[in-house]
Amino acid sequence: MHGRHGDGGHSPHGRRHGPSKDEYVVALAGNANVGKSATFNQLTGVDQEIGNWPGKTVERAEGILQYRGRRIRVIDLPGIYSISALSTEEQVSREFIAHDHPDLVVNVVDASALERNLFFTLQLCELDTPMVLAVNQVDLAAQKGISIDMRKLSALLGIPVVPTVAIQGKGIAELSDAILDSVRHSPRPHAIEYGREVEDRIRRIMEKVPPVLNGYPARWTAIKLLEGDPDTVWDCRTHAPEAAALAAALGAELEKIHGESPGTVISAERYHAAEKIVEEVVSIHPSEGSELTLTDRIDRIALHPVIGYLLLVLTIGGLLVWTFVIGASVSEVLLGWLSYIAPVEPLIDGSLSDIIFNGAWTGLVAALTLIIPYVIPFYLFLALIEDSGFLTRFSLMLDRGMHKMGLHGKAIIPLVLGFGCTVPACLSCRIIESPKQKFLAAFLVTLIPCSARTIVILGVVAAFVNIWWALALYVLDFVLIVILGRIAFRVLPGESVGMIMEMPDYHVPHLRTVATQTWQRTKSLFWIVLPSYVLGSIVITALYALGYLAPVNAALAPITVFLLGLPVTTGIVFVFGIIRKEMTLLALAAITGTTVFSTVMTPVQLIVFALVTMLYVPCVSTIAALAHEFGWRKAIGITLLEAGLAIALGAVAFRVLSLVM
Amino acid sequence: MASEQLEEYLESILDIEEKDGIAKTSAIAKCMKVAPASVTEALQTLADKGLIDYLPYKGATLTGTGREMARKVKRRHRLLEVFLHDVLHIKEENIHGEACKMEHTLSDETECALCKMLNAPARCPHGSLIEACDREIGSCAECIDKPGLAAAFPVRHDPILPVTSLQPGERAVIAFIRGDSGVVQRLTDLGLTLHTEIKLVRKAPLLGPVEIGVRRTKLAIDHAIADHIFVTPCLGKA
Repeated sequence: MHGRHGDGGHSPHGRRHGPSKDEYVVALAGNANVGKSATFNQLTGVDQEIGNWPGKTVERAEGILQYRGRRIRVIDLPGIYSISALSTEEQVSREFIAHDHPDLVVNVVDASALERNLFFTLQLCELDTPMVLAVNQVDLAAQKGISIDMRKLSALLGIPVVPTVAIQGKGIAELSDAILDSVRHSPRPHAIEYGREVEDRIRRIMEKVPPVLNGYPARWTAIKLLEGDPDTVWDCRTHAPEAAALAAALGAELEKIHGESPGTVISAERYHAAEKIVEEVVSIHPSEGSELTLTDRIDRIALHPVIGYLLLVLTIGGLLVWTFVIGASVSEVLLGWLSYIAPVEPLIDGSLSDIIFNGAWTGLVAALTLIIPYVIPFYLFLALIEDSGFLTRFSLMLDRGMHKMGLHGKAIIPLVLGFGCTVPACLSCRIIESPKQKFLAAFLVTLIPCSARTIVILGVVAAFVNIWWALALYVLDFVLIVILGRIAFRVLPGESVGMIMEMPDYHVPHLRTVATQTWQRTKSLFWIVLPSYVLGSIVITALYALGYLAPVNAALAPITVFLLGLPVTTGIVFVFGIIRKEMTLLALAAITGTTVFSTVMTPVQLIVFALVTMLYVPCVSTIAALAHEFGWRKAIGITLLEAGLAIALGAVAFRVLSLVM
Repeated sequence: MASEQLEEYLESILDIEEKDGIAKTSAIAKCMKVAPASVTEALQTLADKGLIDYLPYKGATLTGTGREMARKVKRRHRLLEVFLHDVLHIKEENIHGEACKMEHTLSDETECALCKMLNAPARCPHGSLIEACDREIGSCAECIDKPGLAAAFPVRHDPILPVTSLQPGERAVIAFIRGDSGVVQRLTDLGLTLHTEIKLVRKAPLLGPVEIGVRRTKLAIDHAIADHIFVTPCLGKA
């Protein structure tokens, strides 16, 4: 099943060919939810190095396929989530293909939804890159009575086509064979012809376009010009002004005929081409018996207006409770072990080297006792809900509620992640398309009580006042999130876009995929949270020991003592808390010399202290993550806003609570 | 009976029918603030004209022609409300009454021009969905971006409905997409192209997202976006 364009065919990218190459690069591309991760995991096996790629905000995973004595680097391009032609993921994929020119692109498609998936395949074909098509989940398709003529599909597209069931590892050997073979022969897809009206115009523009422009082939450039893609039009202004002018004229003609923008006409053409291919290769035998699939049946319960919401509350509530019950006990054990190695307490006098070592050690322990017991189990559980397909249902059910805060259902993922750690939650806001909503979601995420803040609330209020005041703080936080969300939604400029989300079929979670997902999220903790804890901890303890921070208590006294009614020593405690929220507990213990906080503070003071800690600034790592995603200006803006808010609310709380308690 | 009054009755029946399935005489009387006796008389007239099916003691349901007429008046009413609210900034409480008086005198030509000027709004100031126009076009981009008379397009044959008013399990074909080229592009990229067959899978309560089956996948779509999709229901099995 080979394409007709073999070795020595024209290469727009000037790629090297032949077996002389030692290492080949293969890119995996495809829609989200088609089993791309599973395919990636099967291909690369355990020999997987997941790297963070510089420059781009969307990450790509990378692994090595060892097969028949060959080493092939496999790059997992981001899954196409939003299915819109202008999404970041799609841009990353196509830029990677055009600029890094991999030796081969493996397009993973879902056998049950071939038509929708071919839409992206046809776009890949336009890039004229060597390709192999992996038709995944053929078993599920067969259950639905769908069978695909792979030979015919291969002939129509001009590239090898391999059926797979990646989760079970079926077809992976065949896919590996096809990859090994194709990296040498570079099967190029046929140019899939669109309707004559469009096709004729594409050809006329192609005549005026250079064979390769910025790494993109002529056909692709011509199509993008016709669609009026701003980047391509800009490039062509200098390199091919004639083509740009012709495309503008032809595009206007198309618009006149169809009454729709050329981009829409071409998208419709792609779907039309996909329909025609599907018509030829897919045959559907309606399965006997019940017409309802398992997914339909589960959805009847999971999306039920009453039972569905009950299930949702139980799942998310259970997730939190489970994490903190397990987390608290594991954390204690872990801290005990680590304390054997060296004492874990902020050291504020002694030699500078001791203090620096102590600072680093405290920071490291603080990070480890957060990440291992609280965050990892939480993310593991979340990945299970996500991979099985339940999370998309939750998004759907919560969509309406999210509208109240100017967000939509998809924002449930960062918001729930925020209960674990704010950093990966901020990073996960990328799944939201509109820049305004992305920023809004990140802002609200910084207000969600992360596990560190939960520890402070539990350790200060629940332990020494009572559990009800601790819960009240939680409730207050949620009310704040809703109110601030509504205000920010009105104040922030930009457009809000409604949700469009694909609803995948349910399936039994695949362990490897779940593990990878958990690691992907935890990973950001190791490269943002861990270093900033250790560094921040060193710097602050050292400054304090050297006496530079001693005036801090005095300087902060107008806020801590006068406004918040707290002991003067809490000034420095709040400074420690910037590194990490529950460092405030450690610092408070070290400075006051007791762990029974009720002996040094009144219940009102304890509540105010916890309230301020909960809100006053996102921790250093969060500020770093916000700056990474949205720039320093916005990161500092959020920080100042929340500091002001915490002081104002703390001052009010102190005065009101003093009256009632 | 004056045509104005007749149209008011059709509008009321449409509203009640959407809520209760059948418009009872008492409900119509309450809605229009008239005596039940005059309702009975009016219903008889409407039935004679073939605009409603009237069963004494049970109530009235609109016929195909009646429903089309009622929808057209409703559309004009809501378009006028948008105009009064957004352009003329008339006081909120007067909008409905004003629109009620103006809707009966609006010509096709003015209706189309008004819609074009207002950029094909989806909802009236009170949040009710505005029906699609009765012109044979695939999307508003065809009309809005073109100079000239909006009413110059030929009249559509088959009646179309917003996809959100389909029942779960019902199949339909996309006939019209409301909104500018951005909306049309977004929906097209999702595979929601004109003439594509879709199935309404589920509607979430309280104007939540709508789940639509298209090209063998299911999409959850924000209600506000789904408002832009209009369909011709497929006949036969629901």
